[in-house]
Amino acid sequence: MSQEIIGPGHTYATVTDKISSIVLTRKWSLNWLVGFGIAFMLTMLLMYTIAYLLVKGVGLWGINIPVGWGFDIINFVWWIGIGHAGTLISAILLLLRQEWRTSINRFAEAMTLFAVACAGLFPLLHMGRPWFAYWLIPYPNTMNVWPQFRSPLVWDVFAVTTYLTVSLLFWFVGLIPDLATLRDRSSSRSGRVIYGMLAMGWRGSAIHWHRYDVAYLLLAGLATPLVVSVHTVVSFDFATSVIPGWHTTIFPPYFVAGAIYSGFAMVMVLAIPIRAVYGLEDFITLRHLQNMAKVMLATGLIVAYGYLMEAFMAWYSAGQYERYMMLNRITGPYGAAYLGLILTNVLIPQLLWLKRVRKSVLALWCIAFIVNIGMWLERFVIVVTSLSRDFLPSSWDMYYPTVWDWSTFIGTIGLFFALLFLFLRFLPMISIFEMRTLVEKSEPQ
Amino acid sequence: MKPTGKVWRTLDEYSNSAEFQKSLHDEFPPHATKPPEPLDRREFLALISASLAVAGLTSCAPAIPEKIIPYVRPPEEVVPGKPLFFATAFPFGGYGLGVLVESHMGRPTKIEGNPDHPASRGSTDAFAQASVLSLYDQDRSKVIISGGRISTWDGFITALATELETKRLNKGAGLRILTETITSPTLASLLGRILQQFPAAQWHQYEPVNSDNARRASRMALGRYMDALYHFDKADVILSLDADFLLSMPGHVRAAREFASRRRNPMNRLYVLESTPSITGASADHRRPVRSSEIPSIASRIAGALGGKGSGGDAWIDALVRDLQSARGKSLVLAGPQQPAGVHLAAHTINMSLGNVGQTIEYVEPVEANPVEQMESLKQLTRDMQQGTVDLLVVVGGNPVYTAPADLEFAKHFSNVKTRVHLSLYEDETSDLCHWHVPETHYLESWGDIRSVDGTITIMQPLINPLYAGKSAYELLSAVLGQPTRTTYEIVRETWGGEEGEWRKSVHDGIATFSPNFPHPPSFAGVPLPEGEVGGGEVQISDSIEVVIRADPTVYDGRFANNAWLQELPKPITKVVWDNVALVSPETAQRLDLSDEDVVEIQHDGRAIRAPVWVSPGHAKDSITLFLGYGRTRAGSLGSNRGYNANSIRTSAAPWIAQNALVRKMGVRYALVSTQKHFLMENRDLVRRGPQDRADNALTLYPEFPPEEYAWGMSIDLSTCIGCNACVIACQAENNIPVVGKTEVGRSREMQWIRIDTYYEGDANRPEILFQPMLCQHCENAPCEPVCPVAATTHSNEGLNEMTYNRCVGTRYCSNNCPYKVRRFNFFDWHDGEGAVMSLLYNPDVTVRSRGVMEKCTYCVQRISNARIEAKKQDRPIRDGEIVTACQGTCPANAIVFGNIADPESRVAKLKAEPRNYGVLAELNTRPRTTYLAKVMNPNLEMPR
Repeated sequence: MSQEIIGPGHTYATVTDKISSIVLTRKWSLNWLVGFGIAFMLTMLLMYTIAYLLVKGVGLWGINIPVGWGFDIINFVWWIGIGHAGTLISAILLLLRQEWRTSINRFAEAMTLFAVACAGLFPLLHMGRPWFAYWLIPYPNTMNVWPQFRSPLVWDVFAVTTYLTVSLLFWFVGLIPDLATLRDRSSSRSGRVIYGMLAMGWRGSAIHWHRYDVAYLLLAGLATPLVVSVHTVVSFDFATSVIPGWHTTIFPPYFVAGAIYSGFAMVMVLAIPIRAVYGLEDFITLRHLQNMAKVMLATGLIVAYGYLMEAFMAWYSAGQYERYMMLNRITGPYGAAYLGLILTNVLIPQLLWLKRVRKSVLALWCIAFIVNIGMWLERFVIVVTSLSRDFLPSSWDMYYPTVWDWSTFIGTIGLFFALLFLFLRFLPMISIFEMRTLVEKSEPQ
Repeated sequence: MKPTGKVWRTLDEYSNSAEFQKSLHDEFPPHATKPPEPLDRREFLALISASLAVAGLTSCAPAIPEKIIPYVRPPEEVVPGKPLFFATAFPFGGYGLGVLVESHMGRPTKIEGNPDHPASRGSTDAFAQASVLSLYDQDRSKVIISGGRISTWDGFITALATELETKRLNKGAGLRILTETITSPTLASLLGRILQQFPAAQWHQYEPVNSDNARRASRMALGRYMDALYHFDKADVILSLDADFLLSMPGHVRAAREFASRRRNPMNRLYVLESTPSITGASADHRRPVRSSEIPSIASRIAGALGGKGSGGDAWIDALVRDLQSARGKSLVLAGPQQPAGVHLAAHTINMSLGNVGQTIEYVEPVEANPVEQMESLKQLTRDMQQGTVDLLVVVGGNPVYTAPADLEFAKHFSNVKTRVHLSLYEDETSDLCHWHVPETHYLESWGDIRSVDGTITIMQPLINPLYAGKSAYELLSAVLGQPTRTTYEIVRETWGGEEGEWRKSVHDGIATFSPNFPHPPSFAGVPLPEGEVGGGEVQISDSIEVVIRADPTVYDGRFANNAWLQELPKPITKVVWDNVALVSPETAQRLDLSDEDVVEIQHDGRAIRAPVWVSPGHAKDSITLFLGYGRTRAGSLGSNRGYNANSIRTSAAPWIAQNALVRKMGVRYALVSTQKHFLMENRDLVRRGPQDRADNALTLYPEFPPEEYAWGMSIDLSTCIGCNACVIACQAENNIPVVGKTEVGRSREMQWIRIDTYYEGDANRPEILFQPMLCQHCENAPCEPVCPVAATTHSNEGLNEMTYNRCVGTRYCSNNCPYKVRRFNFFDWHDGEGAVMSLLYNPDVTVRSRGVMEKCTYCVQRISNARIEAKKQDRPIRDGEIVTACQGTCPANAIVFGNIADPESRVAKLKAEPRNYGVLAELNTRPRTTYLAKVMNPNLEMPR
């Protein structure tokens, strides 16, 4: 049974009932209310922080000269990384005909969107004068100035907005048939109206399905390069600079691998409790979790290889600054962060080689959670450690996050979960129609 | 009365107590402010007129009625730009430094050196640069205060006249005047006339940082007070016995200029014996850290060795003595003001025996109007106050309640004086205890005259009318003479007499060319010294810790405590800001188990203070250095309650060096803030030495930029840079750079565009201390430029790396990518809450930056533009030397040269062609336009390692 991607005994009707009932039930579960309440409060914390930040300035954070970027960029990269699983699962696994993706893709896509929304806040807020953020967008203007296209920050704008747009479209297009199902099954008038409008007149005719399939496949094709491009561009923020620890050609592949790594870890962290709470063990089976664990193991190894090569190249290049940078990462004032990163990102995930561990839901959740911490530490090490000690020892200084750094970070976690809770309540978290195709396929057995 | 209804407003009303009833009927309840005293018609009119007068202040300060003469055509080498420049002098410790003050529409905004003035030669120091900030300081005293209430000049005059009338009867007995060091001929003549009118009155002088020891030595040796005038430019070998002549001695700007002029070929050689690492020690070829209390014995050993007695087997002294002997007539030995008279005598003797007198050192008539041993003078005053023989004490400037040594108990005896009058820039500790406080005019607000260390007289002219209706010392002393209505101009003008033309020329030049009553002092070359009176004899060296007290390198004796620029100026070498520290050597710190920020209690002679420790490599062991100038209680909003007060452990008997102190670790820590945390170069080739033989610039595939007419570049000579910080403040003043305060500096957000990087090399107990001014390098391949998403930092065709503040959105990527970390970010609105007066200070040629934008050194682009406009008007190219950046202009060492590197004949291009030229981090292929000339030293090869 563990090899199944859908539990036994399900028919079209049971699948539809099970998934749509989560949304259409009128009851507000206490768990949901408490969870959403906490997430909402944290969102309000974020709103307060943002307001205060806009009033006072980015000096509220712990950033300084030399460490001009701190939690802002760490969290941006972290969230963007998390936002990678969605597209990967939706697009690449779709194209590769990995059917096990079906039960997690909707959910992963939503997670992607919310993570990208959180990520997108940071580049905006990290600016000294965020009200001029639109200057990064190329538009004909009376100032007669264009953005500076050589800057990776401009590339970021394109990469992230493209990614957000495509992910949103992909997610929404995938939702249409299910929205129609909800429209048809909703007992309330408001439900029928809202879902009806969102379903955009879906009637499930053959021509609809045909067009749907074409559009979905096209979008998948569009999204596929984005999986690679977004984090590649994000890694350029560092790789194109001259700072030891940033100036590395290995960054693009290792950032992409890291992003997928953390994205899958996040899906796991979220999927495990949700399947338990909503009783979806039949749809998100152990097989799913195991597959995700394997993806994590693979990408984790790529990331570990990246760390190894970084250290090797620092030694092999014989560059004085590179060598010092590497040594400083390990033994310097932020050494604990680096060692923590090796422990959480490289050593602990090796447990996934063991089948016993892959079969334990609790162990998987713990490892996934640890990997998320590890990936955050990785960004901390890259951003802060490199900046705090670069070329001239006279300018070296430490970075200490302030309460506002934390409140921004925790606030975005709140925003992420608030959006997620709303999603769970109001939209089908698993693709109903795609699950039905799985029922069809599992029937002959 | 019972409450009539259910409605009640307070619980008191509800309970309806007796007190409540009473308060209902009282017109003024117990805690209410009492009604003002009834105002009579006269007072009402006075108030109205005062309001009108004050209302006038808010507009532009009215023109000065007397004729002041602008420096119409500043020498092109020195001062570009359109604003007017006026010559005056910056008074410091009684001595004047000739300066030109830049004035925009009647607002003095920037101090430049006066190139004609021998004490300046175009350079200034950090104090002079920062003095313009004090002018606009909103904490300055603004009104005459009598007994805690605002009063008027007339009120003061009336009161003073009454006091003086009674004094006149007994020839002025009981009248005392306490001033700081006075070199002003006019003040001296006013004081002379006061003493004539009141023969029994006495004039005392006191400054906490004084030349008493040198003075005593001159009296012992020469029978009278003489000043030693040094000629560092003529000396091949210099020995400093604890003398920080580059930063803290009178005439240090001139000394630095002369000294630096000989750090080029042919090079001089400097030996320094000192306890506390100073910038003079850092500039030395051989620096030996010794306890200050050991210097007398070393000095006498050196003198003995020169006299053929042998050094007692000290190879260091042997080598030094041989070197001194080989430079007869071209060597110079000088003793620090804090060393006892014996050391000064030893120095004089050595100079005499080496034939230096008349060559590198001249004995001249004192520049001071009435030289006294100031500590004695203050002691006498205190004694008399204690005995109750002082009825009227007029304190002209200074802050004796704060600066007097603790053992005199000045404040206690001060209150014995019947009437106490204080004239000062701020309402300070002394004003607090005075019956009358009169706000003093800033030197930029008043006429005056002053002499520099070499005797040059400058007529000081006001740049602006007094902002806060202050009175000058001239007016106050004139009032004591019974002439309260005379203006400062009249008083000063009267001293000088002479023709109008001569007067105008003197005022214009900043150097009095006519001095009818005050001839330049004759030179007393070859004054015979008494035989045998050498050295201070052997001093008992005890094992306990010695306490060395020094003037603070940025706030001095506390007079600049409320000057934010100087507070935020990193102290040379330690880089600490906004606090004073107790310096100890690494060895001693280890022995006493101390580390940075540990609070220690220092006990000496029954007094104790607590101070935070700062471990200072190169400090003498078993010695602890304390700094004056902090621990003030009434300095203003910025300077009060900061650091510890070293005066409270200072005694009149041992004002500088005290033996047998106990140092006890308190087990608590006090957060100190420094702008530099890491002082080792980590084997990086940053400060280089000697000729450079390697090509730094990597090969490139990209085509060279097309050559332009101008290519701006800068050369900084590390051999001559003395790390004095003058450039830092000059840049701050020129470029409207804000201060951010201790907390923000602690978060590494200081804003200064130029910083003096300091590195230690070698043994922690005897390190070499290296300075490297670091500012925007204006890289040709600037890493900051391609990463800016909005093109806010771009390259000009003349090679400037330009910041467009308007366009900056504040991503800080440019700073992250700057290998030199010279960019500064406005994390907050640093000008938030700044008063209107401060806006008068700003240089109108430079944008005041808003929150959220990046800024950095511009090579003073406003000065470049000015020069370009001038050149275009005259249809000629910009001349070499026409553009002088602010840092370059103020540098007393001439270490900074700016110019057009496209012109091979320019000074900067020639310097860059020198073999010593190199670019910091040029291996990154940044191609910096700012390059450095590697440090060259002139060590004595005979010296033991």
